Amino acid sequence: MTLDYQKLGLIAGIEIHQQLNTKEKLFCRCPTTIREAEESNGEFFRYLRATKSEMGELDRAAEEEMMQVRQFRYLTYDTTCLVENDEEPPAPLNEEALDIVLTIAKVCGMTPVPEIHTMRKLVIDGSNTSGFQRTALVAMNGTLPGGAGIETVCLEEEAAQRIEDTFFSLDRLGIPLIEITTSPCMHTPEAVQETAAQIGMILRSTGKVKRGLGTIRQDINISIREGARVEIKGVQELDLIAEVVRREVCRQVSLLDIRDELKKRGASVEKNPVDVTSLFTGSKSRVLKSAPKILAIRLNKFAGLVGREIQPGRRLGSEMSDYAKKCGVGGLFHTDELPAYGVTEDEVTNLKKALDATPDDCVIIVADKPQRCQCAMQQIIRRAEMAFEGVPKETRKMLEGGSTAYMRPLPGAARMYPETDVFQVRVTPERFASLEIPEMIDDTIARYMQEFGLAREVARQMAYSERRNAFEEAINSGIKPALAERAFNSTLRELSREGTSVHRIDDEDIKQVLMLINTGEVAKEALSPILTALAEGKTPTEACECAAPKVSEEELASIINRIVAERADFIKERGNAATGPIMGVVMKEVRGSVDGKIVNQILREAISHVLKNT
Amino acid sequence: MSTTFETGDLVRCTLQGCSCEGTYITTRDGMATVKLTSGYNIGVPEESLSKTGSSEMAEPQEVEIAQDTTLPKISIVSTGGTIASKIDYRTGAVTSQFRATDILNAIPGLASLAEFSAVQLCNILSENMTPAIWQQLARAIYDEIRSGAQGILVTHGTDTMAYSAAAMSFMIKTPVPVVFVGSQRSADRPSSDNVMNGMCAAKTALSDLGEVVVVMHGTTSDDFCAIHRGTRVRKMHTSRRDAFQTIGDGIIGSVTYPSLDVSLSSHAVKRGNCEPRLKDKLEEKCAIIWYYPGMDPALLSAWNGYKGIVLAGTGLGHCGTDMIARIREMAAAGTIFVMTSQCLHGRVCDRVYDTGRDLLGAGVIEGEDMLPEVALVKLMWVLGNTSSLAEARLMMAQNLAGEITRRSSV
Ligand SMILES: [Zn+2]
Repeated sequence: MTLDYQKLGLIAGIEIHQQLNTKEKLFCRCPTTIREAEESNGEFFRYLRATKSEMGELDRAAEEEMMQVRQFRYLTYDTTCLVENDEEPPAPLNEEALDIVLTIAKVCGMTPVPEIHTMRKLVIDGSNTSGFQRTALVAMNGTLPGGAGIETVCLEEEAAQRIEDTFFSLDRLGIPLIEITTSPCMHTPEAVQETAAQIGMILRSTGKVKRGLGTIRQDINISIREGARVEIKGVQELDLIAEVVRREVCRQVSLLDIRDELKKRGASVEKNPVDVTSLFTGSKSRVLKSAPKILAIRLNKFAGLVGREIQPGRRLGSEMSDYAKKCGVGGLFHTDELPAYGVTEDEVTNLKKALDATPDDCVIIVADKPQRCQCAMQQIIRRAEMAFEGVPKETRKMLEGGSTAYMRPLPGAARMYPETDVFQVRVTPERFASLEIPEMIDDTIARYMQEFGLAREVARQMAYSERRNAFEEAINSGIKPALAERAFNSTLRELSREGTSVHRIDDEDIKQVLMLINTGEVAKEALSPILTALAEGKTPTEACECAAPKVSEEELASIINRIVAERADFIKERGNAATGPIMGVVMKEVRGSVDGKIVNQILREAISHVLKNT
Repeated sequence: MSTTFETGDLVRCTLQGCSCEGTYITTRDGMATVKLTSGYNIGVPEESLSKTGSSEMAEPQEVEIAQDTTLPKISIVSTGGTIASKIDYRTGAVTSQFRATDILNAIPGLASLAEFSAVQLCNILSENMTPAIWQQLARAIYDEIRSGAQGILVTHGTDTMAYSAAAMSFMIKTPVPVVFVGSQRSADRPSSDNVMNGMCAAKTALSDLGEVVVVMHGTTSDDFCAIHRGTRVRKMHTSRRDAFQTIGDGIIGSVTYPSLDVSLSSHAVKRGNCEPRLKDKLEEKCAIIWYYPGMDPALLSAWNGYKGIVLAGTGLGHCGTDMIARIREMAAAGTIFVMTSQCLHGRVCDRVYDTGRDLLGAGVIEGEDMLPEVALVKLMWVLGNTSSLAEARLMMAQNLAGEITRRSSV
């Protein structure tokens, strides 16, 4: 589908969540270390309940979570404490984390909040043991260099990692998280992706954010004219953002088309599900045959629309199915896609007959325990009725490829109240003024190209590298930029591709090796084997010795004499042109531990000696 | 508070470089708290605010929960623990709730267990509890038992819950369960232990028990609540859900969650074992003294004229020999001294070492395996109920309400 985004009135904004690489968590003194589930030292379980708001009403998003009483299990570690367990009040707000957030706010030209208040934001999906996420508004109203508006930056605690369904790992809970919210100022899918990239660049420029998959997540807010605001959660790959936006616009356009079609047809939704359990007692579909209860509902004049694709891999039926799943059922069947899944033509005919359905109608069935079926049917009816409105306001989650599934209704604003266990923090003008603005990575790249003569791609790699500081320090202590770049970037990348665990190599060790190369004690040709030896756990001295054992001038002379003597005929035949090939043989023998220039000089002498004696 | 703004006023906040809209909440130390439309609170100088309107104060809806009058009756006596609370998301204020309806709203499952009535005795932080309030509490509970309650729930802050439970254990003879319950996580949060504790406590109040108990989380998980005897329970952790533990004895029962199955151990006192009786007199001139190395014996003089003193001694029940002369003087002048141990676990025995024997010689009574706080509460009650020193000494050495075990089981 090619779409004219301007005509459709696309409005998008993004919310970026990035983990900060602080020493300790936001509200306790645990390290911000991610652990393996196998390293866990215990577990416990809890139930969470939504609390009533002042109007005596549950928040709609909270209410939906409450439809199932769920038990949440949590894994603990020797790096988590009673705060993560919700068994101890929080420690004061981590000042290191606050400084990082204030620095980013300063880069974006924002106004800091004079006194920061920590809030509790209700989250009862189990990902927070307390049932709320602690979050604080830190600064407001800024602009990115590219012109996009930044509405707010907040400092929040990261949620627990979901291992599966209702099972969580507590290592991640409480890691400081910066939330950057742009204004809804983007009007094309590409603009959204570019803005996200720019914010990502700023975050990385601080050198104080976590790296790797899952440490940054983008939520995208999208709406089109006549559509509705939809928030898509947890887009992890930057490169997919534009595609996610495209697919959401496609979905909203398709849902609006379906709405118009339904109205045109005079479609409607029945209110009372029909028990059709008996129709499937002999079914070849295992799900239906074994189900304690099967309920069906007729959607009048919906035929063909429930099965219509609204974005790649998704149909209106998928949306209804997502709603039904909130009741614990596995999914639904609809007659637009039947016969299939072991359901025969006859069964479909009988089903339609039982519900008095015409070919214009669509019948939807769910199979599960009676109570779940009832609940799921109500959800299906609800979603079917929403189809007449077009696009429901929703929070959705991204699926592989960039399509999305329904998660929950958009949360209302009334889900926050003060975290009374944390004192407010005043941000004085002096504190804000004293924060140093880091060099932006885009500027670093330009500087590396200009000052160090690096090619753009290499400069980019180096600027984004964790070894960037060590690289610059090496150059400051007299190492040539090209050599430093090879040592801290290119060679490591090559080795990494070959499977060497280069992450084990310490920056200081690389620096020491570079100093040895600089003083001529080790030849730069030996860099790759030396780095390999470092990755194996050797010290710089050991690595240099074993990768490039010292060869004295006498040893070198005797090696060269031997090789030249062995190849006397070859030399006589080729004359001076033999130097190149023999050079290679010698270098291989001394394994790069001697500077090529010296080898070349001695070799030339030896060859001319042979030639002279002919 | 501010002289310019009232809570609920709509305000515009102008800071250098931006302005935003919100609701004024309060002012403290020159900083005004504003709730922005996004839900976030921020603190800003009051000068940066201008009033743009007043918000409509929405009347909170009263949701009356229908009670099933065919169910057994439980009386809730509240003293101020936050087993139920309400959040005003507009101002962020969290208020404790005490009426039966509020509690039933907060813990909806209760209504299916019993028919509840509520007595709000007071609304205090439990650290502000006093013996005088124990007396009111004892009378209120007694009245509720007399008027036919199948069980009593006492909602109480956790700090001094164990003291109050011990006090009720001595002051009331009860044929029905008197169950203390509270929460370690405030009731406003989705993870609060109030619902599970409340449900398990209600189930205990309907059980075959006939004594004063504390019902709180048994572990950090939401798996079961432990039923603790009022005279053997102690808050052993500042913040954990399972802070309450029975010391020096087995728990007298447990309630599984969410299945709510009550099981009672053989040493639990059964329902209907006695007629209700109230003995609410207390001698408040009693104290507890935590001995420490080098303690100045002259400090004891501060308690001159006290009728009873519980010593929390070291080890088997000792204090420095320097203290003995002063103790002997005060004991001779009519102060009863009861020795307990800072070890909490184990029995006092002042017959093993010379210091102990000297303490006994000075008139100190061995407090057996009584918890120090329980010994204090008991001493208040004993001295309130007898004027005979000899009888008081005898009573202190005897088990009256499960506070002393005859034998230290392994
Ligand atoms: Zn921790």
